[in-house]
Amino acid sequence: MKQPISWQIATVTGIHPETPRVKTITLTLPAWLPHRPGQHYDLRLTAPDGYQAQRSYSIASEPERIGEIDLTIERLEDGEVSTYLHDVVQVGDQVEVRGPIGGYFVWEKDLGGPLLLIAGGSGVVPLMAMIRHRFVAKSKTPTKLLYSSRSPEDVIYASELDSLGMAGDGFEVIHTFTRSQPANWRGYARRIDQQMLRETLTPIASVPLAYVCGPTRLVESVADGLVQIGVPPERIRTERFGPTGGTL
Amino acid sequence: MSDRFISRGFEGKRRQQPATAGRVPPGQYLTDDFPVLSAGPTPRMPLDQWTFSVEGLVREPVSWSWAEFSQLPVREYTADIHCVTKWSKLDTRWEGVSVDTLIEAIDLDPRAMYVTAFCDGGYTTNLPLPDVLNNQAFVAYRYAGQPLAPEHGGPARLVVPHLYFWKSAKWVRGLRLMEVDKPGFWESLGYNNRGDPWKEQRYWGD
Repeated sequence: MKQPISWQIATVTGIHPETPRVKTITLTLPAWLPHRPGQHYDLRLTAPDGYQAQRSYSIASEPERIGEIDLTIERLEDGEVSTYLHDVVQVGDQVEVRGPIGGYFVWEKDLGGPLLLIAGGSGVVPLMAMIRHRFVAKSKTPTKLLYSSRSPEDVIYASELDSLGMAGDGFEVIHTFTRSQPANWRGYARRIDQQMLRETLTPIASVPLAYVCGPTRLVESVADGLVQIGVPPERIRTERFGPTGGTL
Repeated sequence: MSDRFISRGFEGKRRQQPATAGRVPPGQYLTDDFPVLSAGPTPRMPLDQWTFSVEGLVREPVSWSWAEFSQLPVREYTADIHCVTKWSKLDTRWEGVSVDTLIEAIDLDPRAMYVTAFCDGGYTTNLPLPDVLNNQAFVAYRYAGQPLAPEHGGPARLVVPHLYFWKSAKWVRGLRLMEVDKPGFWESLGYNNRGDPWKEQRYWGD
């Protein structure tokens, strides 16, 4: 059971821009294992002199996709690994990875719901693995994604989320745009607050299972807000990433 | 083996400064931030209901109120900390009570070999007893000259700087001494049982 999670050399078989600052990289793995939606891989880069850098990246794809994974990566201006993945890596390149890793911020259809997914910025990535799994596994678990972005241009997976929202299987996306909004926007245009959480939650009858992922400030305030409106703490799972000073 | 693998075109940006060489374990990078990681909401325990207990394999369990805990001998600590999510932070400054002081307050059963730290919110982490003795571990309630903030584990957190930082349990409420090791929260979910950053013991089997 406690086998080492070994490093393997993956091949980049696809690169897909999501937003001006976010790309999805498809990796084909020689020793692929099914992951649990929400898990991550560690990625390691090695320079010719042996210097290495490692980071963790959430898996965006569903485990039903055999043999390959999508990692969706935001380019951090002062980054070391994300800048390499954005600026240098091409299809056909190889990178070292190991995974899948992480056993708490995960959702599979047997865990049920109703599901409340709350994302800030690139925090949507592990939630997308859950959403894709839910769809491919034909789960009918009532699911809402409340997704905070700076502007419409910053929405990752925008068109896929739109079409999943129209599939009629109980999945709904609610956007909030904190800096700039589309013309004639009637939706939310502020940071996620308690009123927004209450409005999102109200139509969900029973106690939700909530997953919150994004910058620290968002996760702290959303998790606090959910507790204050009565969601039991043990039904709230959090994951934080991105720069700590994030403003979403 | 993948030892000879080279990432095409990768030079690396944040090379260690000579002053910090030898202080950053393999696979870690330095940050000046203090990132916040936790699996659920931040618990809010009023200080007048807070206690700290040492229990398990002890002749007589001990429990301190916040007022009593604040009267225990306090020490200043400067420590480098290493999170399994790859960031390290050097020279963090804490004030707190040495675990030695807490253990000295009880009659330790010689069968006690392991300790589980238990916390508000239900988090647990397990450690071999020798890893928390001899001034290697403390219960901190001040950070950088201020009361420890809730998101960083306030009112008090265990700090065990020589192991990955998930062992430094936030919102700690006590230590349970045990004869047999029992994996804690992350240790049951794929993370290494001991978590020595210098051996890069991140996950099961490392």
